[in-house]
Amino acid sequence: MEGGSGGSCSSMEKVMGNYGDQPHVLAVDDNLIDRKLVEKLLKNSSCKVTTAENGLKALEYLGLGVDGRNKLDTNVSKMNLIITDYCMPGMTGYELLKKIKESSIMKEVPVVIMSSENIPTRITKCLEEGAQMFMLKPLKQSDVKKLRSDLMSCRR
Amino acid sequence: MDGLVQFQRQLVDYTASLFHEGFLDEQFNQLQQLQDESNPDFVVEVVSLFFEDSERLLNELAKSLDQQSVDFKRIDAHVHQLKGSSSSIGAQRVQKVCIAFRNYCDEQNTEGCLKCLQQVKHEYSLVKTKLETLFKLEQQVLAAGGSIPLPI
Repeated sequence: MEGGSGGSCSSMEKVMGNYGDQPHVLAVDDNLIDRKLVEKLLKNSSCKVTTAENGLKALEYLGLGVDGRNKLDTNVSKMNLIITDYCMPGMTGYELLKKIKESSIMKEVPVVIMSSENIPTRITKCLEEGAQMFMLKPLKQSDVKKLRSDLMSCRR
Repeated sequence: MDGLVQFQRQLVDYTASLFHEGFLDEQFNQLQQLQDESNPDFVVEVVSLFFEDSERLLNELAKSLDQQSVDFKRIDAHVHQLKGSSSSIGAQRVQKVCIAFRNYCDEQNTEGCLKCLQQVKHEYSLVKTKLETLFKLEQQVLAAGGSIPLPI
């Protein structure tokens, strides 16, 4: 069950508008094999990719302190999409999503949640919290191409 | 030329048998399709990571089940990882045992878990041998001047 787009096109445009041809994606997953896979899938769709192995490292990269306060040198202006696994030790993908949506500087960046488990309540919870999309693992090239074109279709 | 055709035929037949016997599923095809000139060893790299990671997890599982007081949460977390990676590379039989394994974890059933550990070690060892053989067959084709056909 895939989620429909939760964000409005114009807010995505603001974030996506200036990336040229290579959106910068932050991919978060605690599984090494999955990180390598999602990175390749995204690179095959002409994305620049940074990976993180957990929520804390992702927040650090984004320049968001764990306490919610923003640090000075953030990578936010360069980040066009965050794609994260749901089941991670420590901070789940859902908790990471919440932190991003609570941040005044990062909340416009689309967040996609991935999971190997198809649990409707989980999916609804993520979409309600502002996730752009929910994707089932294992990801296929066609899933990522569709994601890319959905993001592109908001560009004018 | 005969040698090359022979090797290609062997590769195609062997690959087909792995799918037919359920060792590999469609996700393995997805992996092969990701390989390209910019990354010609992608499949071998990912599968090698899978081997390393799985062996680490299997060792952890054996240790955890050997404890006086079994930590089922910890075991479940490891099995979840193994299930995820095997699913991502298309190692279907390993993935299936992981599903049963997680059920035993939920039930806090040590016997069941031990049984599953044996099973998953067995399935892992089988798929490892099969994949290593597959890669050797691919090498034969490449060495004879051929190229690996992309899955349909």
